[in-house]
Amino acid sequence: MSNFIVSPAPHVHSSDSVRRNMLNVIIALLPAYVVSLIAFGWGVLIVTAISVCSCVLFEYLITRYVLRQQPTIGDLSALLTGLLLAFNLPSNLPWWQVVIGAFVAIVIAKLSFGGLGQNIFNPALVGRVFLLIAFPVQMTTWPLPKGFATSYLDATTGATPLATMKNAIKAGDASLLDQLPELWDMTLGMIGGSFGEVSALLLLVGGIYLLCTKTITWHIPVSILLTVFGVSGLMYVCGMPGAAAPWYHLVAGGLMLGAFFMATDYVTSPMTGWGQVIYGIGIGLIVMVIRTWGAYPEGVSFAILIMNACTPLLNMYIRPKRFGEVKK
Amino acid sequence: MNKGLKTLTNGILRENPTFGLVLGMCPTLATTTSAINGMSMGLATLFVLVCSNVVISLLKNLIPDKVRIPAFIVVIATFVTLVQLTMQAYLPALYETLGLFIPLIVVNCIVLGRAEAFAAKNTVWLSALDGLGMGIGFTLSLTVLGAIRELLGAGSVFGWQVYPENYAQLIFVLAPGAFICLAYLMAAMKKAMK
Repeated sequence: MSNFIVSPAPHVHSSDSVRRNMLNVIIALLPAYVVSLIAFGWGVLIVTAISVCSCVLFEYLITRYVLRQQPTIGDLSALLTGLLLAFNLPSNLPWWQVVIGAFVAIVIAKLSFGGLGQNIFNPALVGRVFLLIAFPVQMTTWPLPKGFATSYLDATTGATPLATMKNAIKAGDASLLDQLPELWDMTLGMIGGSFGEVSALLLLVGGIYLLCTKTITWHIPVSILLTVFGVSGLMYVCGMPGAAAPWYHLVAGGLMLGAFFMATDYVTSPMTGWGQVIYGIGIGLIVMVIRTWGAYPEGVSFAILIMNACTPLLNMYIRPKRFGEVKK
Repeated sequence: MNKGLKTLTNGILRENPTFGLVLGMCPTLATTTSAINGMSMGLATLFVLVCSNVVISLLKNLIPDKVRIPAFIVVIATFVTLVQLTMQAYLPALYETLGLFIPLIVVNCIVLGRAEAFAAKNTVWLSALDGLGMGIGFTLSLTVLGAIRELLGAGSVFGWQVYPENYAQLIFVLAPGAFICLAYLMAAMKKAMK
């Protein structure tokens, strides 16, 4: 084969590449990462290092020795998967569990399906959900932030805001919601949780960076956030016993991380604008269903995985109009 | 004899019910939570397969074509009831674990499939061998699947602790683990048979 690539017009060149986009996402994650580092200390660095290193290593070993292909670690996707996986873990998770999560993410969820571009499910989320079901105790024992003292530290021990919200809705007792930390603390990130869940504000900043650099489009994050806000707002306004205010739902848990960084994965989200809007609404609805009635306090990762499964169907039914096509 | 041997090994390797024909997925996924459960399910099915194949092969000229499926079901259900009552009497603990999946052998695709595809067209001797081969293939797959899931999910094989249970991943005993293990075993089998 010659080196010439034959492709249809237009022959436009841009600096856009997989590597460039992955790099943008990594840059966008950094501000929130710094907050986690301050909040949770060294555990964050250790978990991230193990997760990233094992993801890259597994990707290299499998592509090189099992699939016998050119290793694809240069496109930074394995590194990003490692980073996103780490963001979904508590900072005190035992090291070998992090390695298992990385193995599941890269080997089972990504390379088994044929590598980048072929995977149906978001690899980092498969890794997280696998760990959540495999090690339920360790994965839901959240360390509390210890960086700088806030009122929250003295007030509660252990339960995350979402767990508090869950208890309130189960008991149908809104007074339990008084245990929630201040809204401002939740927005800034001074709460317990996976270390990527903590700072909604800085994740939002990262998300806006992604929008500005056109790494992602607005459809998915906006439709997810609006749906969650709308549904939780409806529950709150209608006076459902124990329902928390919609702004708490927006800043709690992994919603910001999920909406901007996980759901927008190119491979596993629909291609067209309307498809992405439906996908986002679906995620928002499932998140609210799980948060309100489900067994787990948080449902963002499950919601995204379920909608990942619907993506091929959405791609099939919602197609862009072909040039010159006449509506019948 | 050569043909008999071929019929016997056909069910174990080339047309392995689980990995080759992908039949009987419900008991395969549901009962392989441990090696012993998988093996018991496999053996129960093996017994039903051999007996029903033999009887259906004997009756094949007597059963009118139009009502053959109900007739097959009656024969199969007879043997399933036999297994069920025996197990309930002598192995109550196992009976409790497998629960609903024992009576469900009646509608297991493998049993009905072999009756329809093989026993209704072949001699008694070959039908018995076919049932035996398929049953062994099914038992082996379920035992291997159960052993792997038990090893990863509870750290033991046939109840013998290999490594501390703290390190085991609960997910493999649950449904998602069944799908993951099954997929990898199937892929490995396909690769090996090439």
